[in-house]
Amino acid sequence: MGRVVLVTGVGRDLGRRFARQLAADAAVERVIGVDISPPRGDLGEVSFARADIRNPIIAKVIMREQVDTVVHMSVLPPAAAAPGVSAKEINVIGTMQLLAACQQSPDLEHFVLKSSTAVYGSSSRDPAMFSEDMDARRVGAVGFVKDLNEVEGYVRGFARRRPDVRVTTLRTASVIGPGLNTPLAAYFRLPAIPTVLGFDPRTQFLDDTDLLDVIEHATLRDVAGTFNVAGDGILMLSQAIRRLGRPALPMPSFAMASLGTVMRQARLADFSREQIAFLTYGRGVDTTRMREVLGFEPSRTTAEAFARFAESLEPGVLGERRVRAVETTLHEALGGARARAAALTSAVPGLREGAHDG
Amino acid sequence: MGDAEIIPIGTRGKPGRGTGSSKPSSSARKLAPGPKRRRSPQPAAPADEAVVRSDSESPPVPAPRAPGHAATGDVTGDVTGDVAGDVTGELAGAGERDHRHPERGIPAVDWIAGFTAAAIEVFGDNWEPRLASFLAFLRRRLTGDYAVDDYGFDAEITQRFFLTAIRPVAEKWFRVEVRGAENIPATGGALMVSNHSGTIPMDGLMTGLAVHDHAHRFLRPLGADLVFRLPVVSELARKGGVTLACNDDAERMLRSGEIVGVWPEGFKGIGKPYSERYKLQRFGRGGFVSAAIRTGVPIIPTSVVGAEEIYPLVGNIPSLARLLGLPYLPITPFFPLLGPLGLVPLPSKWIIEFGEPIRTDAYDGGSAEDPMLVFNVTDQVRETIQQTLYSLLIQRQSVFG
Repeated sequence: MGRVVLVTGVGRDLGRRFARQLAADAAVERVIGVDISPPRGDLGEVSFARADIRNPIIAKVIMREQVDTVVHMSVLPPAAAAPGVSAKEINVIGTMQLLAACQQSPDLEHFVLKSSTAVYGSSSRDPAMFSEDMDARRVGAVGFVKDLNEVEGYVRGFARRRPDVRVTTLRTASVIGPGLNTPLAAYFRLPAIPTVLGFDPRTQFLDDTDLLDVIEHATLRDVAGTFNVAGDGILMLSQAIRRLGRPALPMPSFAMASLGTVMRQARLADFSREQIAFLTYGRGVDTTRMREVLGFEPSRTTAEAFARFAESLEPGVLGERRVRAVETTLHEALGGARARAAALTSAVPGLREGAHDG
Repeated sequence: MGDAEIIPIGTRGKPGRGTGSSKPSSSARKLAPGPKRRRSPQPAAPADEAVVRSDSESPPVPAPRAPGHAATGDVTGDVTGDVAGDVTGELAGAGERDHRHPERGIPAVDWIAGFTAAAIEVFGDNWEPRLASFLAFLRRRLTGDYAVDDYGFDAEITQRFFLTAIRPVAEKWFRVEVRGAENIPATGGALMVSNHSGTIPMDGLMTGLAVHDHAHRFLRPLGADLVFRLPVVSELARKGGVTLACNDDAERMLRSGEIVGVWPEGFKGIGKPYSERYKLQRFGRGGFVSAAIRTGVPIIPTSVVGAEEIYPLVGNIPSLARLLGLPYLPITPFFPLLGPLGLVPLPSKWIIEFGEPIRTDAYDGGSAEDPMLVFNVTDQVRETIQQTLYSLLIQRQSVFG
């Protein structure tokens, strides 16, 4: 008998795409998508249950459908959450209720949590690369970092209470891809990109197809544990902005906070406190365990994932083609000058001879 | 030039108040003798003649030596090439154009010749390929087409910019003398442990340069978290290969075969008063030794003489330093008394000696947890550096020698 999988957060584009991709797999019999808001696109074979994970209905769905696998994808940063509901409500309380429902179910065998590398926070005391056994360096983390840590804590508690259930946590780096509407994508779509003056954070990206693949991999393979997932290599934020060909707009960190408030109200981009911390100190995660234990290899490196995203945007004023054109023009003008100078010197004696003849 | 115009001062050659309007203001018109008035007595006929003559000759030869040209100057090339009919009107217009944009009068060929001369001046005889590679370098930097490692280290900018910028300081100002460079391994990881002094970590920069120039490898320094909290400093430090001084980073770097530099005295060493110069402070908790033992890399004791004297620290303002979140706020004989001039380091004579490597590969990994062993190795490293410092001080003739 194939697997019956419950996927939360299918109202979002990534959740919907994942549910469809999973439904197409031969090992999966049924996929049930759950969210408060209905998905915007086509769900295909996935059956959709409009339910709030904070509601006991979810327990009934799990029981009745004899769900053996739960993929929890609706832990989201505040900006991506549905408007009008506090992100903490959905993230923390929602996870608690979902886990309570899972604990009741005798059929459940696998639980996969899509977390984020944001769980490590960002600070000046961070090591260059976080591995899975490290914690956020700043005690008293706030906002989404705190939420994520609490969510992961609940999931660990659940794993202790139900040792028969295989629990896998994926801490994924910033997901990026064409057409994807994440807070980070909105940030890179700004015509001039605000950065924190005097800081150049390190960033890692994960291609959106790789994100879907890794969750599918973790859902179907029987590997338990916590794994960092990111594309290979590092891009500095300044480098990423240059690759987009957009001008950077450095501003002091205190101005960044007030700009963030304005931007959030104008719904342009997310500049929450943890986002500003990330734009200041950056973050890198070690993906050795992803390769060696989970056995997953992302198809695109950080740079390739970002390049794929950059292609979907219009090049900025400092786009590569333009810079290349300027370089060629300059080079030809100067190189051409030498050729002309050489022609002149060879021509001048001839001229003089002509004058003598005359 | 016959048509040397009188350019009102402070208007960048434009008439009026530099508003950019094509018409000069009335006061400016009164002041400046207009080009029209001087040009109107010019007879049109000679210019016409010149045009006819130049037309009859081959085109590239500029129509020279016509009497009318003394007044019309550079723009005549255009004028003669253009319509010959209304020469005076054309001249007046050209005169005004010329007046507003003097650079238009310089032909493009002259500009290019100027650039070429400048390029030869800067890049030498073999300038063309070098200029091309320089342009390609600029383009790659502008479009972000370069790679950094996991720590944000940008080898290209470090080698081509940072090290090049501090090399003259090392050679001409501090006259750094490097000894024992053969002790730096050519391959594989190594931990370079050095004394720390000089109010600002200039000794780190100089040691990094010495390692690059003598062993052709990059030194990867470990920095305090303050380095990563300060704007600009943090950005430059990451690009220059610095990472946070913690065991995770140190061991990761050593395992990947880098030369890691550590200054275990930290702020106690760099911010100690001048009266305590060349007295090593406590060597932290020996974390660097356990990192070396765990990874089995040699420890290279490095002694730097000369850095103590660049900014003699005679005072400190602890209260203000606390307010700013800094470990100390230095007062030197010249800073803040002379302001920015006080920031110029004193030109002391430097000697950097890389000592004989202390091997740690004989210990097994568990020894890193043995506090007695770690303390013993720490003391051995500290004693070696202290003794080398004393002998180097004896050999140095004078502070500025």
